[in-house]
Amino acid sequence: MNKIWLIIEREYLTRVKKKSFLLTTILVPIVIVGFYAIMIAVSISGESNAQNIAILDKAGLFEGKIEKDKKDKSTYIFIENETEQSFKTKYRQEGYTLFLYIPPVNDTLAEQIKVHSQASVSLFVKSALEKKVNAAIERKRLLAANIDPDTYKNIKADVEIENTIDSGKGQETKSNATASLIISFAGGVLIYMILLIYGTMVMRGVMEEKTNRIAEVIVSSAKPFQLMMGKIIGIGAVGLTQFAIWIVLMGTLQLIIPFIFPQLFEQVSNPVLQEAGSNAESGKLGLFLQSLAALPIGIILFCFVFYFIGGYLLYASLFAAVGSVVSEDQQEAQQLVLPIMMPLILGFVIMTKAVNDPDSGLAVFGSMFPLTSPVVMMGRVTYGVPWWQLVVSMLLLVLSFLFFTWLTAKIYRTGILLYGKKISWKEMWKWIVRKS
Amino acid sequence: MQNILEVNRLKKNFATQKAVDDVSFTIEKGAIFGMLGPNGAGKTTLLRMITGIFFPDEGEIIFNGRKFDPENDIINIGYMPEERGLYKKMKIGEQALYLARLKGLSKAEAMNRIKYWFEKMEMQTWWNKKVQDLSKGMSQKLQFVTTVLHEPQLIILDEPFSGLDPVNASLIKDEIYGLAKKGSTIIFSTHRMGEVEEICDHIVLINRGTKILDGSVKKIKQDFKENLFEVGFEKRPELIQNNNIFEVAGTRGEHIILKIHEGYKPHDVLQYLLAQSYEIISFNEMLPSLNDIFIRLVEDTPLARQFQPVEKTL
Repeated sequence: MNKIWLIIEREYLTRVKKKSFLLTTILVPIVIVGFYAIMIAVSISGESNAQNIAILDKAGLFEGKIEKDKKDKSTYIFIENETEQSFKTKYRQEGYTLFLYIPPVNDTLAEQIKVHSQASVSLFVKSALEKKVNAAIERKRLLAANIDPDTYKNIKADVEIENTIDSGKGQETKSNATASLIISFAGGVLIYMILLIYGTMVMRGVMEEKTNRIAEVIVSSAKPFQLMMGKIIGIGAVGLTQFAIWIVLMGTLQLIIPFIFPQLFEQVSNPVLQEAGSNAESGKLGLFLQSLAALPIGIILFCFVFYFIGGYLLYASLFAAVGSVVSEDQQEAQQLVLPIMMPLILGFVIMTKAVNDPDSGLAVFGSMFPLTSPVVMMGRVTYGVPWWQLVVSMLLLVLSFLFFTWLTAKIYRTGILLYGKKISWKEMWKWIVRKS
Repeated sequence: MQNILEVNRLKKNFATQKAVDDVSFTIEKGAIFGMLGPNGAGKTTLLRMITGIFFPDEGEIIFNGRKFDPENDIINIGYMPEERGLYKKMKIGEQALYLARLKGLSKAEAMNRIKYWFEKMEMQTWWNKKVQDLSKGMSQKLQFVTTVLHEPQLIILDEPFSGLDPVNASLIKDEIYGLAKKGSTIIFSTHRMGEVEEICDHIVLINRGTKILDGSVKKIKQDFKENLFEVGFEKRPELIQNNNIFEVAGTRGEHIILKIHEGYKPHDVLQYLLAQSYEIISFNEMLPSLNDIFIRLVEDTPLARQFQPVEKTL
C-alpha cells in the first residue's frame, strides 16, 4: 500500500510541477473568460463602428426617414438630384463611407439594390442595411395590402412553451429545454474530453515506462498492478486538481472582470434592465435564468464527479493496457486505441441525440451501458432521470470498472515487459485467460 | 557457508521457445557469481525469475534457505537490467530518491545514502540535472547507484560495464568488490568473458536455455586446458623441430607456444630445450581464457582456432 502511494505521488508531482501543466491550467480559464469578454465587448460595441452612409432612394422606399435604434451610431443621409453613375465617383470625396443605391422601381426588382463601397462591406453592416431595407419593403407591401403595420406587429406570435414536470411529490418543477440542453451538452462534452485527454495521458505514461525500460526496474520493486493503479490514480488526481483550479480561477475572473471593465459589464450584468424596451425578450431570458436555477444542481454536480471518476478509471485502465502492449511504434498505438475510441465516440453520438430526446430507448441504453454511460448520462441527467436508472447505471459502471481493471492488469503485467514484438489480439486473450 | 540462492530445475517456456530449460545452480553467500551466455541464451529470463518479475513454469527458487517469495524478498534484491531504465525527464536526485523509497527505505535514510553514494561516485553536481542530459556512461553510473542504494543482500547486474570508460568501469568494479566484502552476493550476467574472468569466483555458462558449464573459474580453466605452454627466449630460435614430446603451436614475439603431447610433462620439455642450449627466460602454462572456453563450447569449435596461423618459417 505504501508503494502505491509513492507511485501516485511521483505520477502526480512530476506532472503538476511541469511548466506545461502550470501554463495550461492558468491559461485555459484566462483564454475562455477572455474570449467570453471579447465576445460581449464585440456584441456591445460592434455597432459603434460608425458608417457615414449616403442613400439615393429613387424608389422612395424609406420615404425620407430611417428608423435607428440607440446603439446604431451610423449616420444616414438622403441625397437627391444625383444618379448612380454620377454619385458613384464622388461619394467618397463628399465624406461618405458607403453609398446605398435603390433603383426607381417597385418591389419586384428589389435585388437590384446596391451598396457601393471602397472595400468589401462587413457582414455586420450589410445585414444591418438589409434589415432596414427589408423592413421598409415589408411596410410598403403591408400598406399595399391595406394592412396597418402596427396591427400586423401585434398579430405576430413569439411564444415559448413552459414545461412543468409533475414529479408526483406534489410540487411542480419548471423545466426549460434550452437550459437543460446547454448544461447537458456541456457536461457530456466535458466528460468526453476528460476521458480522452487523461486516458491518452495514461497511455503515454505507460508507453514511456515501457520503451525506456523503467518498468523492469520498478517491477523488481513493486507489483505491476501497483504501478498501473498508481499511474491511473496519480493522473486522475492531476485531472481533478486541474479542474479545481479552473473552477476557482474562472470564478475569480468572473468576479474580477466587472471591476476592471465596469462600463462593459454595466450593460450585460443586468440583462433585464438592458432589454427593458422589449418585454418579450426579458420574459424569455428571465425564464431561462429561472429554470437554470431550478435544475437539480446538486444531482448534476454529484453525477459529474461520479461519472468523471468512474469513467476515467474505466477508460484509463483500458488505455493503460494498450500502452503496455504497443512498442515504440506510434502507428501501432493508434490502431490499438481504435477499439477503445469507438465506444467513446459512440457515447458522444448518443449523447448528442440524448440531449434532444433524453427518454428515447437509445439514450436509456447508452446511459446504462458502462462504456458509454459516463458521457450519455451527463446528457440526460439535467432532464431528471428516474432514480433506479441512475443507480443501475452507476452500479454497472463500478462493476465494469472492477472487471476491466482485473482484465487489463493481466494484459499490462505481461505486455509491459515484452519488447520488440507485435502482439496479436489472440495473444492478449491468452494472457487474460491464463492463470498467473 | 550458507547458500543465498538455490535454483532447482527451473523451466520457463514462451510460446515459441523454451527460454529456460531445466537449469539448476547454487550461489554461496558473499560470492561474485558470473552468469555467462551468448545473446538470447535465456540469461535475462532466468534473472527475471530470480527477481520475481516472471514466475517459473516449473522448478523452485530457494532464497536464504526458504522458498523465494517475490513480494517480501524483493527488498533484499537489487536488480540492474541490461537496458537502462530511468525516467528521462525526471531530476536525477528525485529519481534516486523515488527508486530508493520504492525499495522500502524511509525518506531520510534514502537521502543519507544517496548523498554518500553521489559523493563516492563524484555525482554531487548531478542532483538537479535530468537523465536526458546524461551520457550513456553517466546514466549507467546512476543506475548502478540506484541498484545498490538499499544495500541488498543479492545484487544482480546485467551487463554492468557496457558503455563505461575504463576509469568508470574500474570505479564500479571496485565498488562491486567493496560490496562483496561487506557481505553482499553479486550475480553478474554478461557475454563478455574478460570481465568475468577477473571478478568472478564462480560461473555458470548458459546456452540455449540449458546450463552447459558450472564451477569455479580456476577449476574450469583446469578442465579445459590443452597442455599449452609459452616459452620465452632471449632470442627466439629460428628452428625448433616438432618431436615426440611437443609440437609448436605458434609464436608470439620472442615466445614460442608449445603443445605437450600426451604422456609428457613440462619437465620433459624443459629438459629437451635445455639440452639444445637455448636461453630460456620464462616458462608458463597457458590456461585457456574463459573467452576461448566460451566460444569453444558455444560454437563447438576447437580452441586452436583462436591462435594466429602457425608461421611455417620456423
